[in-house]
Order: sequence, then C-alpha cells, then structure tokens
Amino acid sequence: MNSLVNPTAPGMHDAPGQPPATRRRLALSSARAWLACAQWVVTLATCAFLVVPVAMSIIAGLTVNYFRGAASGLTLRWLDQVWTQYHSSVFLSLEVAAATLVITLATGVPAGYALARSRTRLSRLIEELLVLPVALPGLASALALLVVYGGFSAFRMSAAFIVVGHVVFTLPFMVRPVAAVCASADLRTLEEGAASLGATFVQRFTTIVLPNARPGIVAGALAVLTLSIGEFNLTWMLHTPDTKTLPVGLADTYASLRIEVGSAYTILFFLMTMPLLVAMQWLGVDVPGTGSKRRNAGTQNENKDSE
Amino acid sequence: MHDLTFPLRWRVALVAPALAVFLAFWLLPMVALVQVSADGHLIETYRALLTNGRYMKSLGATVALSAAVTAATLVISTICGLLLARRAFAGRRALVALLTFPLAFPGVVVGFMVIMLAGRQGLIGALSLRLTGERWVFAYSMAGLFAGYLYFSIPRVIVTVMASASQLDASLEEAARSLGASSWRVLCDVIVPALAPGLVAAGAVCFATAMGAFGTAFTLATDIDVLPMTIYTEFTLNANMVTAAGLSIVLGLVTWAVLTLARSMTGGAVAATA
Amino acid sequence: MKLESIPITLTRCAKTFRGTRVLEPLDLTIGAGETLVLLGPSGCGKTTTLRMIAGLETPDAGGRVAFGDEDVTALPIEHRKVGMVFQNYALFPNLDVRGNIGYGLKIQRVSAAHVRTRVDELLAMMRLEAHAAKPITQLSGGQRQRVALARALAPRPRVLLLDEPLTALDARLRDALRGEMNALLRELGVTTVYVTHDQAEAMELGDRIVVMSAGRIEQIGTPREIYYQPASRAVAQFVGTLNRIAGQWQGGMLRTSGGAVPAGTARTTGAAELYFRPEDAMLADPAAAHLRGVIEQATFLGERTRLTIGGAAPDALLVDVAGRVELARGTPVGISIAPEALIALA
Repeated sequence: MNSLVNPTAPGMHDAPGQPPATRRRLALSSARAWLACAQWVVTLATCAFLVVPVAMSIIAGLTVNYFRGAASGLTLRWLDQVWTQYHSSVFLSLEVAAATLVITLATGVPAGYALARSRTRLSRLIEELLVLPVALPGLASALALLVVYGGFSAFRMSAAFIVVGHVVFTLPFMVRPVAAVCASADLRTLEEGAASLGATFVQRFTTIVLPNARPGIVAGALAVLTLSIGEFNLTWMLHTPDTKTLPVGLADTYASLRIEVGSAYTILFFLMTMPLLVAMQWLGVDVPGTGSKRRNAGTQNENKDSE
Repeated sequence: MHDLTFPLRWRVALVAPALAVFLAFWLLPMVALVQVSADGHLIETYRALLTNGRYMKSLGATVALSAAVTAATLVISTICGLLLARRAFAGRRALVALLTFPLAFPGVVVGFMVIMLAGRQGLIGALSLRLTGERWVFAYSMAGLFAGYLYFSIPRVIVTVMASASQLDASLEEAARSLGASSWRVLCDVIVPALAPGLVAAGAVCFATAMGAFGTAFTLATDIDVLPMTIYTEFTLNANMVTAAGLSIVLGLVTWAVLTLARSMTGGAVAATA
Repeated sequence: MKLESIPITLTRCAKTFRGTRVLEPLDLTIGAGETLVLLGPSGCGKTTTLRMIAGLETPDAGGRVAFGDEDVTALPIEHRKVGMVFQNYALFPNLDVRGNIGYGLKIQRVSAAHVRTRVDELLAMMRLEAHAAKPITQLSGGQRQRVALARALAPRPRVLLLDEPLTALDARLRDALRGEMNALLRELGVTTVYVTHDQAEAMELGDRIVVMSAGRIEQIGTPREIYYQPASRAVAQFVGTLNRIAGQWQGGMLRTSGGAVPAGTARTTGAAELYFRPEDAMLADPAAAHLRGVIEQATFLGERTRLTIGGAAPDALLVDVAGRVELARGTPVGISIAPEALIALA
C-alpha cells in the first residue's frame, strides 16, 4: 500500500513524504484510544459506585464509632449485639429458604422436564403463566395472598405463609434452568436409548433424566436459595412479629438503630449470601433477573477419530 | 411427533404439582384481589382510581423514574459490558465479580448502600463538603431512589450485555472496518444494532423491576411518592384494602403491558428473562 | 456369541405425521437371523420404518407388527427386547463405559456378578477393555460406536436395529468399520434391520436390501438383484451410476445416434430406452463396436478412468476403464456392451 502513495521509495515507510496516510492512521488510533479510555473511566466509576458502599458498611459494622471512622478502633460488639437480638431471624430465613428449596425441587424439576419435552401451545402458555409472579409486582402477590388466606389465622401466622409466597416467586427460577437443560435434543435420544434397553418411565426419569439435568437443577437451587434469603417485597407484607426473616430484620434496624448495628447486620447478610453467589459465578450459572446463557461448564472432549 | 417415551398421563402428572401451587397461591388469589378491588362496581371503582389526581401523579412519577433508570442503566451497562466481554486483561474475572455480586441484594440492602453514599453521614456528603463547602445529602429523595435503582439494575443488565456481546459475530465488525468505518461508526452501526434485542429485553426487565420495587423506597423514607409506597401506606396506615388492591392491579397491568410490548419487539426473549 | 433370533413381519404399516403421510402402507417380512438393509435418500421413510419395528412409533390404524407369532403392535419399546443403536449413539454421559454397557442388564435386575461377567465379555468382544472405566466424553467416535453396539447387545436382544450407525464417522474409519460390522453380524446371527443411505454399506452388509423412496418400497432383493435388475428408475439411479440409450427398435436391435445395440430379449417396434452400468461397457475398435462416439472428457480416478463419450447415444455416456489408459479429447472410440448387461426399466 505504501508503494502506491510513494512509488519512488518503496522501502521508506516512515518517509515524511506520506503524511496523509500516517496522519489518518494516527487519528484513527487516537479516536480508538479515546473510546477505550472513556470506557475504562465509566467501568471503574461504576465499580466504585457499587463496591465502595459495601466496603464502607463492612467497616462501619466493625468500628467502635462510625462517625470517627476506623480511627476509633475495631470491635465485634455490634456483630455480637445483632446476633443476640436477631439470630432467630437468621435461622428463620435459612429455614424458609430450605423449605422453599424443597418445595420448588419437588414441583419445579418435574414441571421443567415436562414443559421442555412438550413443545405445545399449552406448555408455552403454562411457562408464561409461571413467570407472571416475577414479572408483576411482589406487592400485588402479597396482597392477593392476604385477601384469600388472611382469614386462616393458624396458617397466616406461621412461617408456612411466607414459604408459600417465596415458592410462588422462586418457582420460575427453578423451572427455567431445568427446562433449558432438558430441552436439548440429546436428552430425548438418551431416553429412547434407555427405553430400548427396557427401562420404564420411572426408571428412565431417575437413572437418566435427573442425573443429566443436574446442572440445571443445581443452577435453579442456587438461584432459589439466594432469592429466598434476600426476598423482601413479599415477605414484608406477609410477616408477623413472630415470623421475621433477615431482610425484614434489616429494615427494622436501618430505620431504628445505630448505623453500626445496621452495618453489622448487613455483614451477616453478606456472609450468608456471598458463598452462594460465588458458587453461582464459579459454575457459570444463569443469575436471576438476567436470563443470560450459562457458560459451558465442563468442556466436552471432542476427540477426533484417531483409531 | 407423538412421543412414545413420554405418555400423556406422565406429562400431566409432572406438571400438576407446580400448576397446583401456582393456581392455589397465585392465580386464584389474584382473581380474588381483582374482585376486592372492584368493590362491587368494577368500572366505577377503576374509573375513580384512574381519575384520582394523587394516585395518577404517583403512577406517573413511578413510570418516569423507572424509564429514567432504564435508560441510564442501559447506557452505563452497555459501556461496561462491552469492555468486560471484549477485552482481555489481567484481573478481568475479579472486575466482573465485583460488578456483578450486588445482583442478589434485596431492596433494603440497596437502600442502606445509598444511605452510606448519600445519607447524612454519607461519603458523597463528606466529599462535597470538602470540595464545595456544602454537604450533598440526597438519599431521602427521588434522586436517592434513582441511585438505589441504578445500584441493583446495573449488575443485572451488565450480565445480559456480556452474554449478548460474547455472541457477537466478529466478521460483521471486520467487514465494516474493511469498508473504512471508524470504531465509533462500528459501534453505532454494527454493535449496538446486534445487541439491540438483548438490550430491549434487559431494559424491559429493568423497567418492570423498578416499577414494582418496594424495599429500597421503604428503607429510604416512607414519603417518597412512588406507587408501591402509596399502595403500602393505603394498606397499612389507612387499612384501605380496596384502593391498595386496585392500585396494585393497575401497577401490574402497566408493567405487564410494557413487558408485552418489549416482547413483541424482540420476539419471545423477554418472558424468558423476566 | 450367538443370539436367539426371530422373524419380523410388518403388515399394512403406514405412518402419518401431522396430516402428512410419510410412509405408505407397506408389507415386509424379515427372516430369522437375516440382515435386512433399508436403503434410500433422507426423507424416504426408512428411519420411520425402523422406529416402528422398535416401538418408538406406532403404525397408523390397520398396521400390524409381529415378532414371530407375537403381535407386538401395542407393545411399548421397553418390553420388546430389541437392541437399538442410534445415529449419534445416545450414550449416557452420567455413566462410564461399564455403566453404559451394563445398563440394560441392571434394568432386568440381573445379579451384579452376572452383570460384571457379561460386561467383561462384551468389552473383550468389542476390544474396549482398556477403556472400561472411562467417562464416555473421553472416547473417540469409533470407540463410542463400539460401546453403543456393546450396550445394545448385552441384554441379548432378539432383534438388532441400527439407525445409520456409521454415518457419524469420517470416511476412512467408516470403510474400516464396515468390514468389522459385517463380521460381527455374521457371527451374532441375530435378526438385524440396518438403515443407511450409503450404497456401499448396503451392498456389503445386507442379505437383502429394501430400496425406499418417498415413503414407498421401490424394490426388495439381494444386492446383485438390486444392482443388475433394478425395478425402477429410482432404484437404478440411487444405486450406482446408470447410462441411458434412447432409440428405436428395428429388426431386433435398438437403433440410436451412434449405432445399434442388440438386446437379449425380443422386442417389437417403437421408441424405447435401455440402460447399462459404466463398468459393463468395453472400448472396442470403432468399426466393429456397437456404438461409435467421441471422447468428450477423461477423468482419472485412480483405480479407473471415467470416460464421458458423446455422440454414441442422445445422452453422454459414462464408461469406466482400467486406470492405465490415456485417451485424448476428441478421439473417436467404439463401445461394446454385452446383451445381458443391458437393463430395461419400467
């Protein structure tokens, strides 16, 4: 290309006799550099926006006096205070999450499989219906539950009432990943293979479908646990003084207590959800509310026929 | 194709439990809620609601806020997402983790984060005091709510953008560059249109979440005028179940309408991401 | 290893999918221990027929599938005791090689010791001992194919069904495995139905071949019958290459643009067509040959040279000669064809 611009000096690429091409190239690369720079600034600023308050609250939960900052010394007394006052909420959150998980596993996994394997209009309709509690505001779902079941006071006052709300909200997050895994064409052929070897439907489901749907089930389980522990919109409306979950307790402390106590409580929350989030990231799991595709966990070894 | 390995009776049996739970604890209650909200006269009650100035102002504020958050989130997340997905650099995984771990924070925690940043003892207030002599405290207003909604929306949309960006066809960009397009033009003419369906879907979800968000507003103050807060006050302070029910239905319908509109524009991607 | 084998009978079996008839009512009898090949292009209904025998599809009303004397039409696949090998093998990724091969036996609740013995037997037969404990993702294509076969054979099926088992492999491996497959099927002696679109597989493996096209059986016969006496144009064109001579009957010979060919059987008058295979024609001295033409193209293919000859008949004729022949374009040549090699099609 240089020789076209300066045919008399093919070897002199840096000769000053070629300003137009060089200048344009410089201009291009500096525009690209500007764009990249701007991208970095935005990304790092966003990162700061997200991370700094978390760091601040962790520090606040561990310092003696927030207003004087870290200089006032580190202490665990706020964590201690929170634990004495609110440990029941932590346990309740865990129990509710566990119960929600069990119910969504029992109802969501079979439903995910059935919906993935029946590509009819009815199955698509059912899938969309199941997503509605997530798409529509949680407040509405909570009010609806109160309208119908508020009268049954034994049920209303128990933790089961909250579990029910959580199940309806988290069910799609179990059904969807399971359905995604079960929808692969390979699974159907595997089932035909198992059937040709004599396996009945139940045998096929337990020995072939469930093990091969495991990635979807694990993804769904992590999502359900994380969502249940953090659920507030529904739970706030449904709770009673006896059934306070962790987020409900958090709202209490933010409103009424010292900022150090609120921060300590938040630290507890982080401790509970962080392992789940890390596990989800590590497995490349479809995170709730995003619909992103899973990265391929576990490379398929594509051996070339080399016999 | 009639599938002999999955007979009909098993299909029904497998879906039945989930459907039963859904019917008993969501669908029927929602129908009951509509009934309660109608208070005997469906049309009149809703007409009264929809013409009530205070409620409609609240709804309008909610819609405006959600739309603004969606727009800002899309821009910021696209910039960050493109950088994360398409450039390899040391510490990328760590940066991605940092940007996405606030994903599962409930609204209350996000509210607390906003207080940390912009509350009376907040970081921004302290910085602004040092720089301009005036303490900026905006946590307990619409601006604070805006920041809060940004906080929980950005990580979600970044994840979606990263997923879409990783599926971009590099040969299209190379073709554009071979025809002389600058980086900026490639971004506008090739990359953004390719990302558009994913962005629309993510934006719709972001909008829906912001419309229904309650925890953040609750933490920041009970007198920020968004519709979820109005519903809450009607229900708890005024014990006005009918109005609360009616407003929730209206909120739900508006949200659902936006999602359906977005889905018709992108073809099915939205329901999957909701 | 010898397996019990039974005859299979299909009577008036048709199949309709969503209003489209993919298989016309067909009758088929497969003898015990016979290897029957279903051959045809994609969409011809061969896989549907196989799946009906397997029990993965039910024939339309009026159709009947029988294994020996037993009517199995309503019997689901789990109870038919067939061994099936799928095109992509359908190996279970959650089980290792041993687990896959032993799956059918475990379903039958055979004792663990017996499962182990039988799996070892099959591992030895398929030369897979070295891979017994591996997960299937670590196997090459040929190894997976052998595991799929071993798995199908372990529970001693009475019928073996193979759905294009070699199609997923690359060409060289396919040729090598075809011979092994042939030896195995002979040794087993089990009734086998083999679906393929590859002519070479059909010829080598089939005791009889069923050529199918557009949901119908075009012809059933031995490989030689199919090749030398095709019943219809579809069969003849699908199996090997065919040359067409169009002309007029005159005095017991078919007269065409480049000469005349004598036909084995007597004819009357009128326009007619005769066909022959490229390898059945010989080059001869133009003066004494049946047909005269000119070489338009000579393609060296290694073991043979394919000559395209024009002017001998209305269409260009393809003639295969042994490789060590070099002829230039434009050379006038003569073609002779033995009368028994001429094929008349309906």
